[in-house]
Amino acid sequence: MPEPLLSVNNLITEFETDEGRVRAVDDISFSVEAGETLGIVGESGCGKSVTALSIMRLLPQPMGQIMGGEIKLQGEDLTRLDLPRMGKIRGNDIGMVFQEPMTALNPVHTIGRQLAEVLFLHKNINKEQALRESIEMLDKVGIPSPDVRMGEYPHQLSGGMRQRVVIAIALACQPKLLIADEPTTALDVTIQAQILELIKDLQNDMGMSVILITHDLAVIAETSQSVVVMYAGKVAEKGSVFDVFDNPTHPYTQGLLSSIPRLETEPKSVLSTIDGMVPGLLDLPVGCRFENRCAYHKQDCTKASPQIEQVSGAHQVSCFEWRNVKQELQSSG
Amino acid sequence: MADNQDRNSPILQIRDLKMHFPVKEGILLRTGKYNKAVDGVSLDIQPGETLGLVGESGCGKSTLGRCVTRLYKPTAGQIVFEGKDITRIGGKKIKPYRQDMQMIFQDPMESLNARHTVGDIIQEPLVVQQIGDKVSREKRVKELLDIVGLPARSVTRYPFEFSGGQRQRIGIARAIALNPKLIVCDEPVSALDVSIQSQILNLLIELQKEFDLSYLFIAHDLAVVKHISDRIAIMYLGKIVEISGGERVYREAKHPYTQSLISAIPVPDPHHKAHRQVLTGDVPSPINPPSGCSFHTRCPQAMTRQCSSQQPNLIPLAEAAGDHQVSCHLYS
Repeated sequence: MPEPLLSVNNLITEFETDEGRVRAVDDISFSVEAGETLGIVGESGCGKSVTALSIMRLLPQPMGQIMGGEIKLQGEDLTRLDLPRMGKIRGNDIGMVFQEPMTALNPVHTIGRQLAEVLFLHKNINKEQALRESIEMLDKVGIPSPDVRMGEYPHQLSGGMRQRVVIAIALACQPKLLIADEPTTALDVTIQAQILELIKDLQNDMGMSVILITHDLAVIAETSQSVVVMYAGKVAEKGSVFDVFDNPTHPYTQGLLSSIPRLETEPKSVLSTIDGMVPGLLDLPVGCRFENRCAYHKQDCTKASPQIEQVSGAHQVSCFEWRNVKQELQSSG
Repeated sequence: MADNQDRNSPILQIRDLKMHFPVKEGILLRTGKYNKAVDGVSLDIQPGETLGLVGESGCGKSTLGRCVTRLYKPTAGQIVFEGKDITRIGGKKIKPYRQDMQMIFQDPMESLNARHTVGDIIQEPLVVQQIGDKVSREKRVKELLDIVGLPARSVTRYPFEFSGGQRQRIGIARAIALNPKLIVCDEPVSALDVSIQSQILNLLIELQKEFDLSYLFIAHDLAVVKHISDRIAIMYLGKIVEISGGERVYREAKHPYTQSLISAIPVPDPHHKAHRQVLTGDVPSPINPPSGCSFHTRCPQAMTRQCSSQQPNLIPLAEAAGDHQVSCHLYS
């Protein structure tokens, strides 16, 4: 079996806050194969964005720190690199797309300048070549009359167009990995469809891997091959999209999947809910973090944190009661 | 108020409503153009009904909601609430109508005063309308907290002490405090996480049954709207392009815009193969909308000159006995 492009092993990321140290990501592991799309899904505060920032080494300084574990990109541990070396990897080997394209772009620089900057930094080319490649890249991401757009400022473009520019910048150096953190959350559905299609096409074209971070399970189902479900800083469940969507084995994944209103559900029927709230990161329980909201909880669940266990193949879950959960799902059809 | 209204007449009638905002230009800030946010909308809402209003950002759906509750003064057209024309009523005269018409907003953090306690926030409509005394109001607040599923001790707390979902419950308690008949819900769940979203949707449906409320439910998420609505209106660039029963809009969408909107929604099932009609381009500006059918610039089925020159009317489809209306030259 070929080595994965990226493997994150036992990553721990902490933040120093006024109220104390907060462990935003607690001992998570996953890997991304070459050419695949991995979806990371979870609700606000589950640590999905912090995971992305840890991989990019872009944690807010000095509050955010990687406290343990390793992030291996083709065998090289990113957590041990010095900043100049990491700077070479960012943009060149790993590209990143953020949620809000208006804040990701610099409002006082033209599109062309921001795009050419990446090429200048990472490639040994002259100004004309950089400009030419920038225009090609804008064309590739589907921006009409790219040569005109080069001289325009971000505010002159629509939200969808801005996100295309951000994607063009992220992919300018043909990275091996693209991290997209909620790339379509700020966009309308018809524009979301355009952007997801674009990422898929570019991926086929350039053969890169993608980590797609979102709160929307439907977006994952549509784009990803593998999925990691996160809850309160930990991995609740992971596996192929078919494993996780067809046989959700963590009560949280089950709850998430059954609480989405779908187009085919009976109107005004009662939606299933997950009662209660995510525990605060400042006072996490000793046991399982989902215990207080879980329909399957037993006494033992409060005593220790469950380890991740194999269900089958690549399908893994971190729940003491997963065998019961699975059985119930099968018997209910 | 008008109790002589019979049960079968609509609680709200909107006729050819227009809301044009002036756009200031140049150094002298002269008004040259108008942003036609709502441009000729007609709708009815029946008592106890939920009308869903769906569209992309900038289509005018929130503006329409704000015209209905008269937070805006419409440029033209008519809003009739329980048989009374409220389009031009201003100042203090609108106050009695606000008792029957309330609003729930998208971001509960911004729509709740951070310096007031939850008790004060929920009580405020009662104070403004001068209903009851201190004791009876406090009793009512406790009752309302119980209805929306918040503990009674919340009264003395402040909004920041609550999570997003709980804050939305506070907003809902305030909206139902006066026993309104119509609530305009403007994207009430789009800022919430999935597991919380379903809790709030369930609460809204439950309240409707219990208090016989009518909703104008504004959202961009068609799956959410379809779940809660009896009928759905699809809005594009200030106009209604299609309106019908919720199930019909989904299964027998006629307008090319509705069709592509439905096909653009991702489905939470990895086995589902999307047959997607990806729309090209962006929504045009409502300041300078396209001639003819406002959708013709993005329409995959735009036909002849008719689409770019002549504006289609919202007309009932013969096959659906008036329940399904569409505004497209393909069906006229």
